[in-house]
Amino acid sequence: MSGYILEMKGIKKSFAVPVLKGVDFPLKQGEVHALVGGNGAGKSTLMKIMTGVYAKDAGDIYVNDAKVEINSTHDAKDNGIAMIFQELSLVSTMTVAENIFLGEEITKAGMRQTAYMNQKASEVLQKLEINVKPQTKVGALSVGMSQMIEIAKAVAKEARILVLDEPTASLSDSETKQLFRMIRDLQAKGVSMVYISHRMNEILEIADSITILRDGGVVHTGETKNMELDDIILHMLGGGESDKKFDWKERAYDKDGKDILKVSNLKVNEKIKDISFSLKKGEILGFAGLMGSGRTEILETLFGIRKKLGGTVRLNGADIEIKSTRQAVKAGLALVPEDRRKQGLVLIHSLKENAILPKVRQMVKSKFLVDEKAANAMVKGNVESLSIVTDSIDKRINLLSGGNQQKVVIAKWLNMKPEIIMLDEPTAGVDIGAKAEIIDLMRMFAEEKKGVLFVSSELTELMAVCDRIIVLYDGKITGEIERKELKAEEDLQYAIQKKS
Amino acid sequence: MQSKKNHRINEIPWDKYMVYIIFMIVFVLFAIFLGGQGFLNSNNLMNILRQTAMISVMAVAATFVMAAGQIDLTVGAVSAMTAMFVSLILASVNSIVLALLSGLGFGCMVGLVNGLMVTKLGLPAFLATMGMMQVVRGGAMWITDTAAVPIDNVLFNTMFGIGNVGGISVLILWTILFYVVGIILFNKTSFGRHTLATGGNEMAAKYSGVNTAKVKIIAFVMSGGFAAFAGIMYAARMQAGRYSYGEGDEMSVIAAVVLGGTSMSGGTGSVVGALFGSILMGMINNALILAGLSSAQQTIVKGLIILFAVAISNVAQKMKKN
Repeated sequence: MSGYILEMKGIKKSFAVPVLKGVDFPLKQGEVHALVGGNGAGKSTLMKIMTGVYAKDAGDIYVNDAKVEINSTHDAKDNGIAMIFQELSLVSTMTVAENIFLGEEITKAGMRQTAYMNQKASEVLQKLEINVKPQTKVGALSVGMSQMIEIAKAVAKEARILVLDEPTASLSDSETKQLFRMIRDLQAKGVSMVYISHRMNEILEIADSITILRDGGVVHTGETKNMELDDIILHMLGGGESDKKFDWKERAYDKDGKDILKVSNLKVNEKIKDISFSLKKGEILGFAGLMGSGRTEILETLFGIRKKLGGTVRLNGADIEIKSTRQAVKAGLALVPEDRRKQGLVLIHSLKENAILPKVRQMVKSKFLVDEKAANAMVKGNVESLSIVTDSIDKRINLLSGGNQQKVVIAKWLNMKPEIIMLDEPTAGVDIGAKAEIIDLMRMFAEEKKGVLFVSSELTELMAVCDRIIVLYDGKITGEIERKELKAEEDLQYAIQKKS
Repeated sequence: MQSKKNHRINEIPWDKYMVYIIFMIVFVLFAIFLGGQGFLNSNNLMNILRQTAMISVMAVAATFVMAAGQIDLTVGAVSAMTAMFVSLILASVNSIVLALLSGLGFGCMVGLVNGLMVTKLGLPAFLATMGMMQVVRGGAMWITDTAAVPIDNVLFNTMFGIGNVGGISVLILWTILFYVVGIILFNKTSFGRHTLATGGNEMAAKYSGVNTAKVKIIAFVMSGGFAAFAGIMYAARMQAGRYSYGEGDEMSVIAAVVLGGTSMSGGTGSVVGALFGSILMGMINNALILAGLSSAQQTIVKGLIILFAVAISNVAQKMKKN
């Protein structure tokens, strides 16, 4: 008896280049085991092998000390392994109960026992303290709730090993707390969990042990008890520079200068209806708040994606009405949207096509032909100045890592030379190295006397880069803090929890 | 109070009920304006149901196909080819059983090929079935060099086309039977849920252990089989096999299914809705003839009504989202 419920030994996998170079991963019964590493370190690949999505090239997997072959998601399920995906894997057009029992409907003489399944689902939900009716359509639920339904689904299928991939990425703090309660609860029932996250504080809070991957190999594995944030980052980055880049540097800008942007009484919908703030040249203004506090909606309204229902927007002292994204771009605004893969990039196009998309109208020669030479030169410049890692500018964008994809989104807007750049959670799902680079980019942009609006749920990031932070709660501005006056992250955390 | 009320109105799935609302409005309008021309005559109403029987039957399976996020353009051609097969077999060996087996077998086989092309070769359903449609339609023309084949078997014609039971046309009875089967399959079995899940979020379905390839193949096979049965009904009703049967039916079927509240992108669907969609179109057709419109005018009005109805249900869907 090794005492492990699951053990992966010497796992190797290559996609043209080796991604996993002989990884060992042991999981004890009833533990929460964090799996940490930068983007491209091999976390996802390892978990996809464990859950039968990919086939391994070499190595063995043992479940309860017996060697098993996991060649499909079905095999994984038979071994009690279930993955809770980063991109939600529920069918939004079906009900909670239908989703929970999807693939394993209870039937009698071929007929689905709807009432019975609803009741069973209700029992599972109650046990996990999820307050939702089994007849509710999943499409009507919040992201956080959907995530919990997904876990309920795995639990209903008697999964003994759960893989949670960035489970809190889109959760508010209270939802995160509920999720953690659920994890503790499941743990007490003997369920083992692999917890993948970029959020180190969460890992230190919830995980019993930790395995750190770098470049397809394990660099550290052990209990989290004696670990600190710095240790993790040190292992991830390989002894290079630590996260000093996250430290705040006071920046000089003209606090009494002209407003580059002044928003008065902006109304987005019935909930978000009285938003006023201003942005100076060279200032980085942060928006802090919980999920659903209205941060994204405000940016989207300024950018012409949502219809403005009231209020005025002044740009460089002149009133403007932005009714479409085209107008917004012309006015010198840029938005790096929240969902990079859906809103930021055309995934099936190349890096170059993506980087020149907003600019391409202006890059013409002989009246209407795209000036490919100029485009290539510009994109090559982007790759160099933003240190985007790619072998060619013609590489398909979805083959790049998350951090590099995000840099391409930023590059495409920098090419437009905007006056104001708005960034909505630009560091979500991005490794620490790329995060620091994105933060530096914001600083660089502000140094050029431009304006930056920065929305983030990562308070450390807001603390690191903002000159001023506006706090939102439920669609209302509940505070405005000068960065200088902020002593610690706890103060900001406290601010975003307050209702008024 | 006000917002609570609004909330309740927003909770009603308008897109789902749209077909019934439009159906009622159109029916009442026709009853008022065309009552004098005999629209409400029970013979006329029966006639509408009889004329739409083939589209209705094909729309049952098409609901599955489209709920799974696929599309099948071969149905019209399959019905024609099946009618040719059936009439030729009846003419040579005069065996109803053999005629049915070979006709339905042919339809299922086309469906199977469609399903395999989509799932194994990864072709988009639109292209795969568009090509297949041409192949099958061409085959139907080729087999007798476009000549029609009369059917003398009275029992066959009575059973599947021109007979009545208790004053109700067998075409209507067959339609009812197919809908009962379709509704149970769609709403009551796990296959129905798997179909919706496949169209709604294929990844999720796959990771939940649903064999999505199998679901799609079964939907296509059903579509082929049901289209073949529609072909049998065409043949028996006209007492002959003709290559031209079902021309343009694929579009009518898609229109009926979409009017019935099934999303073109999959994930939602209603078999009963498809029936109402199909009858609605038959009713409009009938009324336009009664109103004395030329066939050119009929075609235009039909097109506009489809656009209008789909636009309305689209707006309704957006309302729900906001």
